[in-house]
Amino acid sequence: MSTPLYEARGISRSFGSVQALQGADFDVRPGEVSALIGDNGAGKSTLVRILSGADKPDAGEILFKGEPISLETPTDARVRGIETVFQDLALANHLDPIQNMYLGRELPRSGVLGKLGFMDRAQMREVGQAAFADLGATVRDFESPVGGMSGGQRQAIAVARAAAWANEVIFFDEPTAALGVVQTKGVLDLIRRIRDKGIGVVLISHSMPHVLDVADRVHVLRHGRRATVMNTADTNVEELVGAMTGALDGKEAAA
Amino acid sequence: MTATTTTTAQQSPGNQQPGRVHTMTARVQHMARAQAMQIVLVWLGIVAVFTALAPGAFFDVANFRNIAISVSILAILGVGTTFIIVTGGIDLSMGSVLVFSGVVSSLVMQSIGDGQGWFVSTIGICVALFAGLAWGLLNGVLVAKAKVPPMIVTLGTFVAALGLAQVLTGGLDLRAAPEVLVDSVGFGDVLGVPSLVIISAAVVIIGIILLNRTRFGLHTSAVGSNAEACRRVGINVDRQLIKVYAFAGLLAGLAGLLNLAFFRSTTIAGHSLTNLDVIAGVVIGGTSLFGGVGSVFGTVIGLLIPATLRNGFVILGVEPYWQQVVVGAFLIGAVYVDQARRAAAARNTTRKTLFGQLFRRNSEHK
Repeated sequence: MSTPLYEARGISRSFGSVQALQGADFDVRPGEVSALIGDNGAGKSTLVRILSGADKPDAGEILFKGEPISLETPTDARVRGIETVFQDLALANHLDPIQNMYLGRELPRSGVLGKLGFMDRAQMREVGQAAFADLGATVRDFESPVGGMSGGQRQAIAVARAAAWANEVIFFDEPTAALGVVQTKGVLDLIRRIRDKGIGVVLISHSMPHVLDVADRVHVLRHGRRATVMNTADTNVEELVGAMTGALDGKEAAA
Repeated sequence: MTATTTTTAQQSPGNQQPGRVHTMTARVQHMARAQAMQIVLVWLGIVAVFTALAPGAFFDVANFRNIAISVSILAILGVGTTFIIVTGGIDLSMGSVLVFSGVVSSLVMQSIGDGQGWFVSTIGICVALFAGLAWGLLNGVLVAKAKVPPMIVTLGTFVAALGLAQVLTGGLDLRAAPEVLVDSVGFGDVLGVPSLVIISAAVVIIGIILLNRTRFGLHTSAVGSNAEACRRVGINVDRQLIKVYAFAGLLAGLAGLLNLAFFRSTTIAGHSLTNLDVIAGVVIGGTSLFGGVGSVFGTVIGLLIPATLRNGFVILGVEPYWQQVVVGAFLIGAVYVDQARRAAAARNTTRKTLFGQLFRRNSEHK
């Protein structure tokens, strides 16, 4: 087994009297899909927020490539090649797909024009379209505002944007929750392609079939702790639900 | 890539013909620009009607010159206001900031030597720009950092800036402006084109380039479109908002100086409704009050329409008050079109014509 690319050890986080995380562990390896499941309130969202730099833990360690790191802002995660696809997609609806992809990372023109804030739009368009094509993300229209596109298209754009910048780890927070059957299949295919590039993929999902379909390992979070980790090949929906609800307490599967 | 192709086809059950996808794409693409073009057509229509009714007096170079001069100061304010409305904000303060900048500039120029000459004028220009910038910064900081709604912030600075201008002058208009400034900027021209119009056109062109071609413009739209998404990709939303309000303030300062040079007066009582005129122009020009998308060029046309109507009604001898009635109707119509466009975008279709909607409703009811 390869060493973890990104790892959380003993993460705790409280909000007032609510203990969202109580010493949670998590890890993802390069080139695998590591699913994170758990009942509502198990602490999935809090853990993802902490690992993407949007929130800070009260206690515990975050290790990136074996080195302890501290994330003050999402930018600290992003400069390390760690990207997140949020459930609300975080797209600017009035901008086109390329502008969304490069938002906050626009390529300046060379020379004086670049200093004046002019952007190298031709370069961004070319590289951006190549990045979409590279993932097989089927964006039909690079010129229109994304607000007028279908849910599946917008999802594909948000995923491709994250994938274009994530060269280490990518988090998907409920990527299929709002999608139909066909669009879901498209997104799961995208996830596989990203994994095949050697990137560590973290999938947060409520959907057991999708998790079993695409994940290599499943981390089950319960009451703010990792209840168990299972290899997808060795488990099934009943076992996962059992771990989520606590019906299988006492059984700790080895990773 | 068989899987990909299949996905594409299935993802869009309604749009399987490539030709239709293409025309829809083209339509969506040009939608923002289309509203600016529609408004140009409306303006040309108004020009055509007045030309037909009063060919000699209306369709005349001197008359168009008058219209252009009457719009030039408003257009400078309109550029800044367009940026602010694109962020999803609003600016009510620009008329008072204009007056305040003119007052402070006039006071400073008056106090230096004999109050004449280019040296004094240059200082006056700098003072006016700085005064406008300062109010703009104040607006921006209160909106971005104190999180007070823009309408309240700028309503407050609207009242306060006018009040301060009146405190400084005792409520009486100042008339001190260097002759060179009045002759060159206020009433001067270059090759027959008034200086005011040239300065205004330069500001408009810079505004268009800034909004459409630069990172500053892109981030302005992005902040108005989805501020939370901007924060997540590391854009400093607060700083962007402050920059936009400061930019608008700077332009209001410039407008204050031009106003002083043109009217040779600080026109303290003359700008209480300027904010509404400018906002109406911005909205008629196709900039969405909900932020995210806007057009500086559209704003200029949106300001030209009321100015042309006023001018034409005077020439025709129609009571000019009718102009207000017509502009009011335009304003509501423009917002209706914007709403329809937003609703269409939310429904994930292109905007339908009224005729098409009626037809569709009928066929659905059958």
